[in-house]
Amino acid sequence: MSGLSDIGVSVEAEPGPGGGQGARIGNALPILHEIQTHLERLAQGGEPATIDLRAMPLAPGDYETLQRLLGEGEVSATIDALGPTRVRETAVRGVWWVSHHNATDEVVAEFIEVTRIPTILQTVDEDLVDGLSNLRQRLAQEEQSASE
Amino acid sequence: MAKDHDKEQTLGEALRQQGVSRRGFLKFCAATASLMAMPPSMVPAIAKALDKARRPSVIYLSFQECTGCAESLTRSHSPTLESLMFNAISLDYQETLQAAAGTAAETALHDAMKENHGKYLVLVDGSIPLKDDGVYSTIAGKTNLQILKEAAEGAAAVVAVGTCSSFGGIPKANPNPTGAVSVSELMKSGHIATKPLINVSGCPPIPVVITGVLAHYLTFGEVPALDVHGRPKAFFGETIHDRCYRRPFYDQGKFAKTFDDEGARSGWCLYELGCKGPTTYNACATTKWNGGVSFPVESGHGCLGCSEPNFWDKGSFYAPLSTGHWGTAEGIAAAAAAGAAIGIGAAAMSRRHQDTIAKEE
Repeated sequence: MSGLSDIGVSVEAEPGPGGGQGARIGNALPILHEIQTHLERLAQGGEPATIDLRAMPLAPGDYETLQRLLGEGEVSATIDALGPTRVRETAVRGVWWVSHHNATDEVVAEFIEVTRIPTILQTVDEDLVDGLSNLRQRLAQEEQSASE
Repeated sequence: MAKDHDKEQTLGEALRQQGVSRRGFLKFCAATASLMAMPPSMVPAIAKALDKARRPSVIYLSFQECTGCAESLTRSHSPTLESLMFNAISLDYQETLQAAAGTAAETALHDAMKENHGKYLVLVDGSIPLKDDGVYSTIAGKTNLQILKEAAEGAAAVVAVGTCSSFGGIPKANPNPTGAVSVSELMKSGHIATKPLINVSGCPPIPVVITGVLAHYLTFGEVPALDVHGRPKAFFGETIHDRCYRRPFYDQGKFAKTFDDEGARSGWCLYELGCKGPTTYNACATTKWNGGVSFPVESGHGCLGCSEPNFWDKGSFYAPLSTGHWGTAEGIAAAAAAGAAIGIGAAAMSRRHQDTIAKEE
């Protein structure tokens, strides 16, 4: 054997014509079907849903297949809290890819969210209250220094 | 290690004091739910509970062990989350990590047990030797049994970290020269007080399974649902085989026969090369190792069954399950030939066998 690249770790068999020898393995397609069901439900006024990618037994190549089939959308955001959290809408609108990274940029949790906007992007009530008192403080400071 | 007033703070207060934002906390809760194997829909409930949780005192006792479990724990997942987890508990005694030594360390242990009597968690790493009055492992002149007996007395719950403290592990392997036993055996025989016990087996356990169990206790204040061997079902509810991405090859009867043949190169099932996946309950196939990079089967080697009782004495790691402990060589030939139908039968057979072993113990 000439090197590590010769060791087959990825699945070589694609679905053969007529379903022959190479039955497809892995969970990318079942996950996409699950997303489809959630999206149908959301479109009909149902609840948002979240899929934890860490809870799925992914075969080598599954992750790439999911990324390829969902594609890149027009929204992306980074939240800087305990390391970066990257949120992006996929080309399938309403389907968001949320990956939480730690301070050294390792992935600590990864979710696919079927929603209008992921929860972590929204401002929570307590932060609204904090924000208001923050702004009042800034205004008071500014007005005080202007009057001096 | 932690001052008293720290313990009176809730986890939410402690984190906000450290400058963790609410989005940061939500992210922490999402990652915690993921590592507890909870559905993402539980995140709001978890956030609510963790925000109000009090930091429990934790005493980590090291007996006949190799420190691999502590290594695994301290390398868990991510520096950020792991350090958060350590902030979420008050680790009052851990020989490898604490700065104190000698009398000061032993005083810290006794102070923690006295102050938090009835409320602290005891984590046990390693098996306990009973032979020759326990002389084979002593700390500060006391045998492991004496130390554990004292610590278990006032504990709210005991977590056996690793296969050694859960089932005896490698120290207990034949011929068991030190008379090593597990924590559960000591509770059964009345050597120590019987307390709620969680076995987190594995050699070592998956890092996030250890922190996941701690997070569960922190969030819900109780012991999670356990299987027949006292392991949390969230992580030990299914076999490696049931969750293995190579499972379809087993069902199709496609097996690697050697580690370098065509089947091995094509990523086929490692059953015939001795994989213990079908009889091993653990979360490796989904959680994976080293930050989700891979797990033994994905790296091309069969599962050793390290989270099962007496895994070291169940025959060769490279003999198929159906030969050694499990019956005859014909079984596997039949499974290979007949594929799915027999495959399911073989899995059912091995599960039955597992139950039998459980009953024998």
